[in-house]
This record gives sequence, structure tokens and C-alpha cells, in this order.
Amino acid sequence: MAILVLAEHDNAALKLDTAKIVTAARAIGDEVHVLVAGHQCGAVVQAAQALQGVSQVLVADASVYEAHLAENFAKLLVDLAPNYSHILASASSLGKDTLPRVAALLDVAQISEVITVVSADTFVRPVYAGNALATVQSHDAIKVMTVRASAFDAAPEGNSAAVTTLDKVFEARTQFVSQSLTVSARPELGNAGIIVSGGRGMGSGENFGMLEQLADKLGAAVGASRAAVDAGFVPNDLQVGQTGKIVAPNLYIAVGISGAIQHLAGMKDAKVIVAINKDAEAPIFQVADYGLVADLFEAVPELITSLG
Amino acid sequence: MKVLVPVKRVVDANVKVRVKADNTSVDTANLKMALNPFCEIAVEEAVRLKEAGSATEVVVVSIGNKAVQEQLRTALALGADRAIHIDTEDELVPVSIAKLLKAVQDKEQAELVIFGKQSIDGDNNQTGQMFAALMDMPQATFASEIKLEANTLQVTREIDGGMQTLKLPLPAVVTADLRLNEPRYASLPNIMKAKRKPLEVFTVADLGVTLKSHQTVVKVTPPAERKAGIMVASVAELVEKLKNEAKVI
Repeated sequence: MAILVLAEHDNAALKLDTAKIVTAARAIGDEVHVLVAGHQCGAVVQAAQALQGVSQVLVADASVYEAHLAENFAKLLVDLAPNYSHILASASSLGKDTLPRVAALLDVAQISEVITVVSADTFVRPVYAGNALATVQSHDAIKVMTVRASAFDAAPEGNSAAVTTLDKVFEARTQFVSQSLTVSARPELGNAGIIVSGGRGMGSGENFGMLEQLADKLGAAVGASRAAVDAGFVPNDLQVGQTGKIVAPNLYIAVGISGAIQHLAGMKDAKVIVAINKDAEAPIFQVADYGLVADLFEAVPELITSLG
Repeated sequence: MKVLVPVKRVVDANVKVRVKADNTSVDTANLKMALNPFCEIAVEEAVRLKEAGSATEVVVVSIGNKAVQEQLRTALALGADRAIHIDTEDELVPVSIAKLLKAVQDKEQAELVIFGKQSIDGDNNQTGQMFAALMDMPQATFASEIKLEANTLQVTREIDGGMQTLKLPLPAVVTADLRLNEPRYASLPNIMKAKRKPLEVFTVADLGVTLKSHQTVVKVTPPAERKAGIMVASVAELVEKLKNEAKVI
């Protein structure tokens, strides 16, 4: 049976996450379909068709799908479920919102944040903020799972999968009121090769300007610890950690971050970790490849200058 | 309006757990346990609704062995009115938990059910959504602000790219994110008072729910340890290492 992947998009563009989830799906089986649900999302459909390894793109295009609500997305997925052995989505806010609803309606368990596909019914997922890895074998007829996108490479483009239009429309009682999304010219946290992240040690939101300058020198994204978000320095969508974004860039520069367990859960799969902190005892140094004990207000400007 | 808040007993957030030597599970023996931080935020929000005159009663419910009564008492000390303990020794997956909570809700008929968005042990982030599906209720997950207006609830949610605001007809399900509120500390008089608040105990059989097995945990292993790094003495040395040794810039 085929595997269904729920596409991640904003009605205008397909997110790179979807290409990564397709790779996870291909590790399970050969026939992979992608569901694009949204409104006026023709460009997203084309991008999904182009992903290698996708044999069919299902399109549910209706105004009630514009806000990507779990309530009717779940009903749509449950309607399609009998044709599939697996239903996958990114462990994004959309996937986490929607797939548990799908699983409950199908009377199956849901497996969260899969990082390794062992076989078609066995998967590895982190628990306890990544301090343990559980290998789980599912007995359910349909496997419903969210996948940690950062654990898989993106499927390449170069395909033109067939398109099937879905006519049945599912309504929701949930009403969309408004949305405010952070607009940034920098790369997205989830897909950035380099991330510069700040913590409580930054002292204020204004001081994050310094990290933005550093990020721009490196072509990096800016992230933050929970402490910095809780203190109101930066918005919530920058949070890296157990309950924020889970990232695995080539280089993660932690500035003024102490290294609480829940923060480490979000970034310890980075290839290279740099920590800059004035407290030599900070736990962040235990996971850092390169540690610099220094006042960040001197070290960061110096770093910006030395990168020319 | 009655508010139901399901809560979980977990290993304290500040404790670093270890995997058992036989790789069967995480060793939780003799560790400090606590009310899951997100559940604590959910309880706080319910109590604030009661203090604001919007809610009439706050009922907390937890599932597990007798030890979970400790966390139920904590929730009562924070201001919940009464508690329900579903007594079981079994390790249950979220879909089974959601079924048991549905049986409780069928009796309680709460207009609002507030969950923590995830427990910090299993990190599943599923139970609230599953319960909402089983009850056929609308949901707003990862809430950072809720406003009650007549029979609707306006919820601001933390989503990947920023914030989203939804409006839900009641009854509805909300899952609490970190910034919904800052939970209070229970005062000593309230801790004493909590000991006398009602706490009912049911078994899974009492609730008439049949659960099934969904999965087997094959093994639990520690993650790969990071190799110890080095300390650099200056920014210049750091840049040199990143360029020539790690080759990442």
C-alpha cells in the first residue's frame, strides 16, 4: 500500500520540510503520495509534483482549507486513510496539531518525531528531551507519524508526478481570525546551514541586533533559548529547544546561552557547536566543540569584524 | 462553566534521566517527580478563569498508579476544586489516555478542557488533540492567550512562523504553551486545604473502557554522546578553527 505525506506550505510555496518527509517515506516504501490541502495553492502542487520519489499529488483546494485547521484537515486525511499503510507529516506545528486527531479517529496510536526508519513498522524517536531514544514497533494497521525533518535529507527535484483533485470538502467549526508571521530575509531556522542563537545573557531585545549582524555575515538564521523568549527579547518562533524548533545545522553558535536540558534537546545534533559564555561552568560547554569564555559584548563585535 | 484539566506526573524538568543498563526503559527509580510543567500552566489558566468569574468549577484528572495523587494534590493546592484519579499500573499510549479521559468527560460534561501541550517525558504532544477528536470538539493547540466571550473562545496560538488567532465554539479543547501564564506557587495554607478537597478514584474497568495494545517498545538507548570539545582562548583562534579545522565557515 502507498504512503501519504501531508504537504507543509503557506498556500504560496511548498516548505522544504515536505521534501525531507518524502525521503523518510521512501525509506518505508516505494509508492509515495503527497496531499496538498489549502486554498489557491497551484504553485505548491507544482513543487510537490517535482519531488523525486512522489508518484501522485492529491489536491484539496477549497477556501475552508486556507487556514490549515486541524479539525477539517484531520477529517480529510481520515477519509483518504483506507488507501494507505502510513500517513506522515513533518513534526511542525501543523503536523503536531493535525496527526494526533487523525490517529484518534482511526483508533490507532501516533508516533511523534521519528528520526530513523528501521523498517515499515519500526521507528526510532527521542523521548525525555532527547536524553533517550526509543525504538518502537507499531501493531496498528495504519501507521500515523510525525517526522523530524532535520533528521532527513530533502528529496531532490526532477519529476512530474500525476495530480488527482479531491472534490469532497470537509468543514470546520473552528474559525480563523488572524495570523501574524515573522517576516525575515534570513534563512528559516529549520533549514539554515548556520544558526546564531542568543540566550538570557543577551540582556535585551535590542542586543539581538548584534547577533543579527553576525548572522548576516554568515548567511545564518537567528535563534534563541527559551529564557530569551520568556524574557520578551525575541518572538516565540525563534525558540530552539525541546518545545520549540529542533535544528541540526552545520554550525550552531550559542551566545549567552547556559545550556539547559530543554535547550540542548533542540540543537545537540548540530554538526559543530560553538559556545560563547562568560560563565566557564555553563553546561553549554559540555556539548560545545569550541568553547570561548568571554564577555559576549566584546566577543561578538570582534567576531563580526574578524569575519570581514 | 466547568473546566476539566488532565494532568500528568513526570520526572522533574531539572533531572537528567539515564537509560537502564538493559536498554528496556529510562530509569525513573528514586528520581524527583513533579507535575508536568505544561500541565501546571493548564491548571493555572483554569484557576484564573475561575478567579475571573468565568469558570464555576475546576476539575483535575490524572491517570497512573497511586503516586499520581501527589500531583493531583499539587493541582488542588494551586486552586482546582476536586480531583479524579484513574488508577492503573499500565504504561498507556496517548490514544488510550484520550479514551479514558473521554469516559471522564462523558460524565463531567465540562465546557472547556485545558491540557498541557506535551509532557516532558514522552514528548508526544498528542493527548489533547486525540481527546478533541474523540469528543468531536474543535481545538486550539499551543495556546499563548485565551479570551472567553459568551459561548466562544478566542485563542492565540504559537505556530512555526509566528502567531495565529482562532475562534472556537464551546465546548472546546485548548493545549497550553509555555507563555500562556506563569503558574503561582502554592501557599502553605492552600497546600493544607488541598488535603481535604475531594479526590475520587476509578479503575479502567469502572469507566467501562476497553484498551488495546498499539505498540511495543523494542529498546531504549542513550543518544550518541558528543565528543568533548576544546576551549579556545580568543575570537581569532575561534575563527581560525572554524575555517581550517571544522571548515564550516
